[in-house]
Amino acid sequence: MLILHCPNCNTDKCETELTPGGQAHLTRFGPGSSDDEFENYLFNRPNPKGVHFERWRCSYGCGKWFHAARCTATLEVFGTYSAQTTEPPKALITKIKKKRPDFEGFTK
Amino acid sequence: MSTRLASGGRFIDRSKKQDFTFDGKRLSGFAGDTLASALLANDQMLVGRSFKYHRPRGIVASGPEEPNALVGTGQGGRFEPNNRATTTELYSGLKAVSQNRWPSLEFDVGSVNTALAPFFPAGFYYKTFIHPRAFWKHLFEPVIRWAAGLGNAPKEPDADRYEYAYAHFDVVVAGGGIAGLAAALQAASAGASVLIAEQSPNWGGRAPVDGDEIDGKPAGAWVDATVAKLRTMQNVQMRSRAMVAGIYDHGYTLVYERLQDHAPQVNGPRHRLWRVRAGRVIAATGAIERPLSFAGNDIPGVMLASAVRDYVVNYGVSVGDRVVIATNNDDAYRTAITLTEAGLSVPVIVEARADAEGDLVKKAEALGIRVAKGMAISKVKGRKRVEAVQLCSQAGEGAALETVKCDAVAMSGGWSPVVHLWSHCGGKLNWDDAHAWFAPDPSRGPTNQDGLVNVIAAGIASGAKDTSSVLADALKAGATAAKETGYKPAAIKAPKVDAPAEAPMLPVWSMPQGASYELRSKTWLDYQNDVKVTDVQLAAREGFESVEHTKRYTTLGMATDQGKLSNINGLAVLADSLNKDIPQVGTTTFRPPYHPISMGSIAGDARGELFKPIRKSPMHDWMDANGGFWEPVADWRRPYCYQKDGESVEEAVHREIMATRTSVGLLDASTLGKIIVKGPDAAKFLDLMYTNMMSTLKVGRCRYGLMCTENGFLADDGVVARLSEDTFLCHTTSGGSDRIHAHLEEWLQTEWWDLKVHTVNVTEQYAQIAVVGPNARKVLEKLGGMDVSAEALPFMAFADGELGGIKVRPYRISFSGELSYEIAVPAAQGQAFWDKCLEAGAEFGITPYGTEALHVMRAEKGFIMIGDETDGTVIPQDLGLNWAISKKKDDFLGKRAMERTHMTDPDRWKLVGLETLDPETVLPDGAYAVDGSVDAYGNKATVGRVTSTYRSPTLGRSIAMGLVKYGPDRMGDVIDFPELNGNIIKARIVDPVFYDNDGEKQNV
Repeated sequence: MLILHCPNCNTDKCETELTPGGQAHLTRFGPGSSDDEFENYLFNRPNPKGVHFERWRCSYGCGKWFHAARCTATLEVFGTYSAQTTEPPKALITKIKKKRPDFEGFTK
Repeated sequence: MSTRLASGGRFIDRSKKQDFTFDGKRLSGFAGDTLASALLANDQMLVGRSFKYHRPRGIVASGPEEPNALVGTGQGGRFEPNNRATTTELYSGLKAVSQNRWPSLEFDVGSVNTALAPFFPAGFYYKTFIHPRAFWKHLFEPVIRWAAGLGNAPKEPDADRYEYAYAHFDVVVAGGGIAGLAAALQAASAGASVLIAEQSPNWGGRAPVDGDEIDGKPAGAWVDATVAKLRTMQNVQMRSRAMVAGIYDHGYTLVYERLQDHAPQVNGPRHRLWRVRAGRVIAATGAIERPLSFAGNDIPGVMLASAVRDYVVNYGVSVGDRVVIATNNDDAYRTAITLTEAGLSVPVIVEARADAEGDLVKKAEALGIRVAKGMAISKVKGRKRVEAVQLCSQAGEGAALETVKCDAVAMSGGWSPVVHLWSHCGGKLNWDDAHAWFAPDPSRGPTNQDGLVNVIAAGIASGAKDTSSVLADALKAGATAAKETGYKPAAIKAPKVDAPAEAPMLPVWSMPQGASYELRSKTWLDYQNDVKVTDVQLAAREGFESVEHTKRYTTLGMATDQGKLSNINGLAVLADSLNKDIPQVGTTTFRPPYHPISMGSIAGDARGELFKPIRKSPMHDWMDANGGFWEPVADWRRPYCYQKDGESVEEAVHREIMATRTSVGLLDASTLGKIIVKGPDAAKFLDLMYTNMMSTLKVGRCRYGLMCTENGFLADDGVVARLSEDTFLCHTTSGGSDRIHAHLEEWLQTEWWDLKVHTVNVTEQYAQIAVVGPNARKVLEKLGGMDVSAEALPFMAFADGELGGIKVRPYRISFSGELSYEIAVPAAQGQAFWDKCLEAGAEFGITPYGTEALHVMRAEKGFIMIGDETDGTVIPQDLGLNWAISKKKDDFLGKRAMERTHMTDPDRWKLVGLETLDPETVLPDGAYAVDGSVDAYGNKATVGRVTSTYRSPTLGRSIAMGLVKYGPDRMGDVIDFPELNGNIIKARIVDPVFYDNDGEKQNV
């Protein structure tokens, strides 16, 4: 039963107040894209053991989406941030690298 | 025999007699008894029959680890099976029944199984009942289910109330023994908010029974003083009869509080389930004594040494006049001393260690108790109760050297820290050779959202053995918890403890060491599941080397006690069979709850009407009072039809349809989703969300639109109205309003956040009332207030105005094919407007109609219904809706997906109408069409299916819609729909629009 901090409400939320939305920072491939690009965009997701950037919605709170950086194995939460961004904040990446020296940084 | 002693018993009040029944027999005990202590006081040694062999079983333990004494308690709606007699508090009027026996506990037919035991080895059921396959379901399983199993499920609904409580604490302390109390005091003194939960009714745990002195006082006095101190602290909540059942992610902790089980006359909920967010959890959960593995160790009267001591000290109950002690450690000597001091006889202490010289050993010897060192029990004699034990050398193979008469055996194979809570969220364990136990490894504890260890084991649960180190460890745990939750703990001096020094124990996994097969096959590891030493050895031989596999193959450690007694002994036998060390074998996974909790507490108040509250239209009460035959539609209730007296459901539906088609009907359409989409970029946004073009829609007009997922599949449909240049109102399906609103928001917030658009779900702000039929306009004209003529308000237009003095917005849209006005009014005015429509329409016989009439009429018109014609795999092109897919737009959700080869495959099933050759036959919903061909696997190939099917009163025949391979190219063909009974229904492929193909009736 996770606790995630909603950056919009600026309060901690229990998992039951939230809806998960899968991997964050996907690049949308629409009309004109190749079959491979479209397939990767729509279906193919890595399943990392470790640091993961994901989308959550504060569905029983403010209704806003936000992003979370979380370890899929230990459930440690490194931080949450606005959904209106194409990559995680630099400060967060630095923080994660400090805690997880093996972390190779955010890749799309 | 077991009996009540003349004096003693810390917990009981001899002035308060409590009458109860066991299997109908009238017995009595005292206030403060458990059912187990009261049964023992009445010499009821035999309390149950075992799971598989139906062997006679007695009470083994004095706490939640009890494997045998499972009873059903209560009656009717308050009956509950599988309650442990050891944790069931006695009250006057308690009715308890034994389980798993027939016809009676004393004479049980199933006990023939014990004679057949050699034929029931581990994996017996898997091996025996695999063939023939069909026999399992109809013969084997019903018989096995009847013969095996524990208690019976109650038959009546639970008569009690249950509730949840939510709380946040800095520190939750699990366990109210001396470790828990000391830790709680330390953390609370630093200022932390503390919940201390103790599963039993009594504080102090084992220490007061064991007789050590703390700060110069008996442990019991120290406990009383500490409890009193904690009670004065504002930041401490103390809950007894409250068990920490499980620890979940990020400090989410379940506490199961039993409020009424001991006193059913008390008002209020029976159980309370606390859902606590804890900064830190201190697991001061104590330890559980292990049985010894010797032949006949399951005969009633063979008990844990600590339990025998508990019954004497806490309840004034002797389990036998002559009690043989069997042990491999010093602790069991406390039992020998306690029994002797209570005037009972201990003929011998069977001591597996060849040299045992500790303080307690010396004290026992000084009391004149015989200590037989290096000895073992080779076999217990007796059937329904212990009669004697045969002694042998521990180092040998079990040759009996002497027989000692006795009526009980108190055994101790050492202790196991209760590491469940530590392990629930992934805390790791270390094997401690000196104590032969698994204890928490503080460097590999469970972690929280900050990546920090958030469970702290304290006392013997952390591996601290003696009272002095238990208290020191607990104070440290309390200080750590307080510090880590933001407080500054002051140093509390560890109390001075006066306790005898204990000598090292000797791990004994088999008694005697070289026990023969015959002895091992009568040596129980798991009492509750009837698993013997030989079963685990067989599993290992057959290749079940993983401890998790062995558990499932033998059932070791399963069922309600989850191996609290049996696990370590079983692991040791498995390790020995595999020639491995115990830590190499490891433990099975500890999962919550620690101890079974009631289903009622999990449900809480979410029962009956509160299980899933329903949404109600503003006219709900009127519909309910006027024959509304309810059906669930998403979270709503909608009337399927309105039944009149003496009318069948089908007759009502047909009456409603004919009235609407010939005069005028009235439909509550309030449940349709209504979402406002507003902003400078609203039109651009809707062009992305709908497959058709919404930006070209003129203000004041409506357009039917489709929404697809990014995967191209049809997700929802509805009419969009343009209220102003930058404002749209999007109607969704009844089930879709929340989902579609969330869908719009997701794309707005996470992909196209640069668009200036705002959305609001206004579904419940409006009642929407459809006035439908050739006389619809006349009804509205009677109400008056605005021009509703075809010129002023043409088909697919809307206008704001007033009708009958109520502010309205009629939309000229039709889902029936008739002249139709869907009129939105503020929700609070819904009933008033509905009443006005009924009044004005009375002269036309205005008829309220339900969802089934709506469905039939839309099917007559060939209109699709999301969820009938679609199922998540259907695309608009399948439904002949190509006209609603824009070719002009560069992009919309689903556009790219529709270009995939699978989506443009000419073999896709497509929408057609179906007319059965016999007009009276209605096709079954979902029926499949076949054409005699076979698929790649040799099965009959299906070439289509029915999606909607009704009897149409308008056409006087059955009609259906379906998806059929090459359907639109096969007009006039007859295809076969086989029924389950082999009958074949023949139907002709026709145009899906059965009624008014040119749309003249709706456009007037």
